[in-house]
Amino acid sequence: MKTILEIENLAVHFPINIGTVRAVEDVSLTLKQGEVMGLVGESGCGKSTLGFSILRLLRPPGRIVKGKMLYHGRDIVQMSEREILSLRGRKIAMIFQDPLTSLNPLFRIDQQFMETLFTHEKRLSKTAAFRRAETMLESLGISPERLLEYPHQLSGGMRQRIMIGMGLILNPDLLIADEPTTSLDVIVEAQFLDLLNELRKKFNLTIILITHNLGNVAQLADRITVMYGGTLVEVGQANAIFDNPLHPYTRGLLSSIPNIKLDQPKLVTMPGSPPDLVNPPPGCVFHPRCPRAMEVCRVERPGVYKCDGRLVSCWLYG
Amino acid sequence: MRYSPAAGIAKAITGFTGLGKKYGLEWWILVIGACIILAILFMALFASSIAPFSPHDQNTGLQLAPPGGDHLMGTDNLQRDVWSRIIHGSRTILRVAVLAAIISSVIGITLGLISGFSGGFFDRISSLIMDSVYSFPGLILAIAFAAMLGPGVINITLAVSVIYIPTYFRLVRGQTLAIKEELYVEAAKAIGASGFTILWKYIFPNVIATTVVVFTLNVADAIMIEAALTYLGLGLPPSIVDWGMDLSMGKKFLPSGQWWLITFPGAMISLLALGFTMLGEGLAEILNPRLLER
Amino acid sequence: MEELLTVTNLKKYFPLQKGFIDNLFAKKKEFVRAVDNVSFDIKKGEVMGLVGESGCGKTTTGRLTLRLLEPTAGDVMYNQRSIFSYSKKEMQGMREKMQIVFQDPYASLSPRMAIGKAIGHPLVIHSNKNERETKERCLQIMEKVGLSPASFLYKKYPHQLSGGQRQRVVIARALITNPDFVVADEPIAMADVSVRAMLLELMVQLKEEFDLTYLFITHGLATAKYICDRVAIMYLGKIVEIGPLKEVFKNPAHPYTKTLLAAVPVPDPKYRRTHPIPKGEIPSAINPPPGCRFHPRCISAKSTCNVHEPDLVEVGEDHFVACFL
Repeated sequence: MKTILEIENLAVHFPINIGTVRAVEDVSLTLKQGEVMGLVGESGCGKSTLGFSILRLLRPPGRIVKGKMLYHGRDIVQMSEREILSLRGRKIAMIFQDPLTSLNPLFRIDQQFMETLFTHEKRLSKTAAFRRAETMLESLGISPERLLEYPHQLSGGMRQRIMIGMGLILNPDLLIADEPTTSLDVIVEAQFLDLLNELRKKFNLTIILITHNLGNVAQLADRITVMYGGTLVEVGQANAIFDNPLHPYTRGLLSSIPNIKLDQPKLVTMPGSPPDLVNPPPGCVFHPRCPRAMEVCRVERPGVYKCDGRLVSCWLYG
Repeated sequence: MRYSPAAGIAKAITGFTGLGKKYGLEWWILVIGACIILAILFMALFASSIAPFSPHDQNTGLQLAPPGGDHLMGTDNLQRDVWSRIIHGSRTILRVAVLAAIISSVIGITLGLISGFSGGFFDRISSLIMDSVYSFPGLILAIAFAAMLGPGVINITLAVSVIYIPTYFRLVRGQTLAIKEELYVEAAKAIGASGFTILWKYIFPNVIATTVVVFTLNVADAIMIEAALTYLGLGLPPSIVDWGMDLSMGKKFLPSGQWWLITFPGAMISLLALGFTMLGEGLAEILNPRLLER
Repeated sequence: MEELLTVTNLKKYFPLQKGFIDNLFAKKKEFVRAVDNVSFDIKKGEVMGLVGESGCGKTTTGRLTLRLLEPTAGDVMYNQRSIFSYSKKEMQGMREKMQIVFQDPYASLSPRMAIGKAIGHPLVIHSNKNERETKERCLQIMEKVGLSPASFLYKKYPHQLSGGQRQRVVIARALITNPDFVVADEPIAMADVSVRAMLLELMVQLKEEFDLTYLFITHGLATAKYICDRVAIMYLGKIVEIGPLKEVFKNPAHPYTKTLLAAVPVPDPKYRRTHPIPKGEIPSAINPPPGCRFHPRCISAKSTCNVHEPDLVEVGEDHFVACFL
C-alpha cells in the first residue's frame, strides 16, 4: 500500500505566560492509503493538536517548531498559504467534534455545501453544485429536502452526518475526524460509525480517527497510534494492540475500561493523573505512573523501538 | 521595589489569582497608581510632621508670594502657606472619598445580593429605585443632597456616597443572577445550606472580585465630586482645609498672574484621581483573565 | 432488605418558554415531559442504576429524589415518609443523610472556596462540632478518598487541582456527614479516561465502607454493568425496563434495551455487532410519539404500539418491561 502521509519528528509548542506547553513532542507517523488510523489517548495527550497540525490549522500561539509532514512527497510544514488552501477541503478534509458550532447557523445546508464547492471549483454552475450536494446527502442517508433547512432545524446526529458530507464532497484522499462522536448518544454514535465505515469503502478514504474512546477505535481502525503526554507511546495493528498491549500505559488503559461484554470483577486502576505539559516529568513522560518504571526511565526519554511488528516507545523494549 | 508596599499588593494579588508574575503594561499602571496613592496617603498621615507651617497660620510673612524660598508653593492672599494647605487638604479629600466609597459599596453590594438572590417583588422595587437614581447625572444629585443636608464632613460624605450605590447594586445583582444558576449553588442547596449561608459563603466571594475594581474607580470619581462640591461652596465650612475650596478661592487671582493658588490644588486633585484610576484599571486588566478563566 | 427509597408515579413537566408573539397565538401551553410517570424503589445497600441516553429524564429523576426540584405529580418516599411532606427547614436537615455527587466537578465547587472548607461545610451545617473537630474529620475523609497529603491539599482551591482530584473532593463533600443515600449523577463522565477506573473503584470501596445506597445515573452501559446491582432503562421520560442488572443485560426484553446493548462500542476488534441498531434519533420530549414512545424506531412494532402506552409487565424474577411483546 502506498504511503500518503508521513510525519517525521513533529513538535508543536504553545508558548503561554506561565511557560511553554509541549503539546506534541517528537512524533513520527506513517499513514497508508485506504487505512483507518485510530489516534487514541486521553484529553491533553496531543492527538487533536496533531490532527490540527496536519492541516496547519493551529490556533496561535501554537506553532510547529520542528519536523516534517510529507503529503505525497511535499512537506506541509513548508507549504505556502496558497498551497495549503488548495489542500484543505480538497485533498485533506477535517470534521470536528461539535457540529452545532462547526456549521454556520446563518446559512442553509445547501448554501454551505455550495460554498465549499465553489471555493475549490470556481467554474461550477449552481445547478451542478446543488446536484452534487443532493447526491452526497443520499449517500449519507438523509433525504435531499433537508438541503433547504438550517442547521438548528436538524438533530445532532444529522448535523454530524452533514459534516461528513461537507468533508467528503470534494472527494479528498484523507479525512481527519476529531472526536466526531463525543457529543453523540450511544445509538447515534453507532449509526455514525457504521456510516463512516460505509463511506470509507465507497469513497476509498484514508481516515485518521481521533478519539479517546477505545470502543470506537476497535470497531473501525486498522492501525492504532496511542499517544500520552504529547508523545508517541505505541503504534501497531489494532488486533495486535488489543490482544497484547506492549506499553504499560496501553496495558493500563485497556484494563481500566469497563467492557460490557466481559465479567470484570475488578478494574485495574492507574495511579496519578495525566502530566503537566508545561513541566513534563524528566525522562519518560509516563514514568511517574508506570508500574514497571526503571532507573533509566526517570532520566532519559526512550526512543522508538520495533517489537512484534509494532513501534513502542518504552525502555522495556529498547 | 521588591519590598515596597506596592509590590506587596502586587504579590498578594498574584497569590490570590494564581497567576505567575508578569510585568506587562497592566502591572506598571497598577504600580504607578499605587505609588501615587501611597505618596499622598503618607502625606495625609504625617501631615502635621511634614507641613512646615500650620495651614491656618495667617502670619507666615508674605502675602501672595510666588513659589520659592520658604514657601514651596507660594502663599495665598491670607498669608497662608499653600504647600501646608495642600498637605493638610489631602486628609480631607481622602477621608471623604474613601469613606463615601465604603458606604456606597456596603449598601450597594448588600442590596444587590439580596435583590438578585431573592428576586420577586423586592427585586422589582429595588431595581426601579436604583435605576432612577442611576439615571440622574451624578454631580447634580450630589449637589442636591449636599444642599439638603447642609455643610459638614459627614454630610458631604453621605451626599457623595448616594450616587454610587446603584453602580454596585447593578453590578452585584447581575452577577448574583448569573451565579445563582451555577452548579455549585445547587450543590450548596443539596448539602442543606440556608439561603443566607449560600449568599454569604458561595455567592459573595465570587462577586467581590469585580467590585474591587469598581471601588477604586469609585474613589477616583468621588474625589472629583467632592472637589466639585466644595468648589461650588457646598459642603464644608472654611475651617476645614480642602483642595476644592482652595481651588475656588484661588481662581479670582489668576487674571492678576498669581497662578499658584489654583494650579497646585487643581494638580493635586487630578493626580489623586489619576492614582486611583490607574490602580483600578491596572487591577481590572490583571483580574480580568482570571475571571474569564473561571 | 427494606426499601430505602420509593418513587411512585413521578412526573416533572417543564413549561416551555416561548417568545412573546408565540404566547399571544398559542392555543395551549406546551411542556417538556422530562419525567413522565416513573416508579421504582431502591433497597437499602444496593446500587440502583438509572441508564439512558441524553434527554431521557434520568438526571431530572435524580434531582427529584433529593427534592432539588419540585415534582409536577407523584411522590418520593424516603424511609417510608414522603420527602415532600417536610417543611423547607426540615428538608435542609434531611440533607445530612441524602447527598449528591454531580457530574461536573469544576462547576460544582465554588471557585473561591478552599476545598477544605468546601468539604467541611456540610458538617458545619449539620453537626455542632467545633472548628478543630470539623477540620479533623475533614482531613480524615480526605485521606479516605485519596486526597493525600490532606493537610497540604486542605488549603488549595479547585483550579489548583486535577480533574480527578476535584471529583474526589466532590465525593468527600458528599460523604462527610455519613449519609445513607447518595445520588451519583454521571460521576465519571467528565474525568479523564485513565482516571475513571480509579474513581469507580473508589465509589465501590466507599459504598462498602460507609454502607451506602446509591442511585447511579449514567449513559454508559459498561459503567453501569460494573457497579450496579439493579438497573432501570429510561427512554423519553419513562422506564422501559427494570430489573437485576445481570438479568437485564443478559436477557434484555425491551427492543430499546436490546439496541442500546448492541450499540455500545466494545474495546475488542474481534467483536461484531449482532443486533441491528434503529434508524432515526430520539424524538422531542415536547411532543412524544403517541402510544409507546419507542414505536417509531422499533423494528418489532405492532399495531397497538402507536395507540396505547404499555404498562410494566413481569418477564422474569423482579424483571419488568413496558412493551406489548
